[in-house]
Amino acid sequence: MTENSLALNAPGPELDVIAVRHGAFGVSGSGDTSGFGGLTEAVAMPGPTAKPYGGWFDEMSEELELAMADRGVVAGAIEKVVVDRGEITFFVRRDQLVGFVQALRDEPGLRFELCLGVSGAHYPLDKGRELHGVYHFRSITHGRQIRVEVTCPDADAKIPSITAVYPTNNWHERETFDFFGIDFTGHPALTRIEMPDDWPGHPQRKDYPLGGIPVVYKGATVPPPDERRRYA
Amino acid sequence: MSEQVRFVDEDTDPYATSYDTTEGTVYTVSGGDWDSIKAPSEGKQERVVVNMGPQHPSTHGVLRLILELDGETVTEARCGIGYLHTGIEKNMEYRTWTQGVTYVTRMDYLAPFFNETAYCLGVEKLLGVTDQIPERATTIRVMMMELNRISSHLVALATGGMELGALTAMTFGFRERELVLDIFEMITGLRMNSAYVRPGGVANDLPEDGERRIRETLPLLKKRMKDTTDLLVDNQIWMGRTVGVGYLDLAGCMALGVTGPILRSAGLPHDLRKASPYCGYETYEFDIPTQTTCDAYGRFLIRVAEMAESMRIVEQCLDRLKPGPVMIEDRKVGWPAKLSIGSDGQGNSPEYIKEIMSQSMEALIHHFKLVTEGFRVPAGQVYSAIESPRGELGVHIVSAGGTQPYRVHYRDPSFTNLQSVASMSEGSQIADVVAAVASIDPVMGGVDR
Repeated sequence: MTENSLALNAPGPELDVIAVRHGAFGVSGSGDTSGFGGLTEAVAMPGPTAKPYGGWFDEMSEELELAMADRGVVAGAIEKVVVDRGEITFFVRRDQLVGFVQALRDEPGLRFELCLGVSGAHYPLDKGRELHGVYHFRSITHGRQIRVEVTCPDADAKIPSITAVYPTNNWHERETFDFFGIDFTGHPALTRIEMPDDWPGHPQRKDYPLGGIPVVYKGATVPPPDERRRYA
Repeated sequence: MSEQVRFVDEDTDPYATSYDTTEGTVYTVSGGDWDSIKAPSEGKQERVVVNMGPQHPSTHGVLRLILELDGETVTEARCGIGYLHTGIEKNMEYRTWTQGVTYVTRMDYLAPFFNETAYCLGVEKLLGVTDQIPERATTIRVMMMELNRISSHLVALATGGMELGALTAMTFGFRERELVLDIFEMITGLRMNSAYVRPGGVANDLPEDGERRIRETLPLLKKRMKDTTDLLVDNQIWMGRTVGVGYLDLAGCMALGVTGPILRSAGLPHDLRKASPYCGYETYEFDIPTQTTCDAYGRFLIRVAEMAESMRIVEQCLDRLKPGPVMIEDRKVGWPAKLSIGSDGQGNSPEYIKEIMSQSMEALIHHFKLVTEGFRVPAGQVYSAIESPRGELGVHIVSAGGTQPYRVHYRDPSFTNLQSVASMSEGSQIADVVAAVASIDPVMGGVDR
């Protein structure tokens, strides 16, 4: 099976393809005659959800749209909304992020007082949107919790810092910078936090090689985990 | 920085150097060589930067504090972390979903059952099997978490006491904690890092006389907990060291994302067990203790009260335990192996070994596939949060449809809460920094992961 046929079967551009699986057993080059070795399957994250979202999601997103209009955040700031497994995710354009979270924090009908930090994720197959910053917010007032996801291309790995709105994100952004190389522009001191200052590379990226040191045990070489046989 | 100008003879002490900067001469001293420093030139302000840790008995593990002092007063306080970073989140991407439990239990090593449960609740949510978890397994999880909350708070009191000079609190606290760890050892085989909570349930049922032995331990634990806390609650020296120290009000907590006892010491009764219940916490009777003092003493009182509340929940759990399965019925997810305690305190059940090795080929294949390859989890992401002894412990899990996690991120409360060191200690005495850090109760295993 060629790459072209994969492209035909691939879901539309609104889906985030995060993995392409070949074969059924994670084995290649073994002379598999079962036919399963030729399988190609694209794995995508759950796609966008249309209104109504259900539950308090609708009320909250209406409040959010009004608050965005009041604060001059453009309507297209929300790229898409995904409701999956009882959680709502807003994909927000990075240039509108700061105004968006300001509305989340200050609008009485939203009142997300608590930012639970930013977590990174690296999707090398999601072209032009390789790096994701994933923010979680909690509203103690309304008892709600949402996720905000911001993407940036690997070639221009920049997301505006929201430390001016949520100071708690100071260390979280440093951590995500440390592990993924996302440059949070406007952060007061974006330095490494977990790895040593002179560490080369960003270890949690998917293209970061593991096992720089060959491990030999009783004459046999133990490969690093990312080069071992995987079933996934 | 200009080039280094030596004032001290390098032959006598190579570490005690000094160099000129735009702000004046900077001297480096490492102890015992203060005499070698020349007096600061006239009219220049003297500033001392003390590097406290990462190896220091009162920094709660490998925490490094960088303190700028003006006499005894701290003018700036910063934290240096990362000394215990072990790449757990990255490692998990190369192990099966079930093996992940073995990693997460080692993050916040004083609260392993919270790490495990938060992770397993997330995996179960991704799988969509949250409703299928057996009731007995959920009750055991709650019981283990609440016992763990007691043991974690006991360590907080013990180490906090030790750091302020109350050594008896330390010996008592660790002694009482051992009672709880004995229960853990009886149930899971290990005192710490048990990897007991698994996706789908728990690894093993309680031993036959487990319930009875827990019930026997509780009165002793209660009595001793009272002895320990009585040492400190009205202790004038303890109050002198902690009242009004490490002040952080509600606005500060919200801005810095601080949760747990620190937030509740600012008067807000926010606890995820009530605010966003999981594991059936809405059906248990317990209260959320709060204080309005915003200081280290208030946090201490909250921890004392929370231990009593946890004790109430443990007793309710024991009353609820009914016989039944402790692992999900779904054989595509549930761990196949059955365990039994051998003479060495661990081992597989002989009946189960007999079945897979000599009776059922299919059972052996099933066991082999599930144990080596693991189960697949549909693509998607979840955030699962629980109330750990230190605040909101959140797990962001991404699955790419495979047998291994695509990304796991822990929002550890110690990591976030540690950001408040500067707010709590700048402007205070240097000795109060120790009290403030102790009242945050950071666990560096969780901070650095």
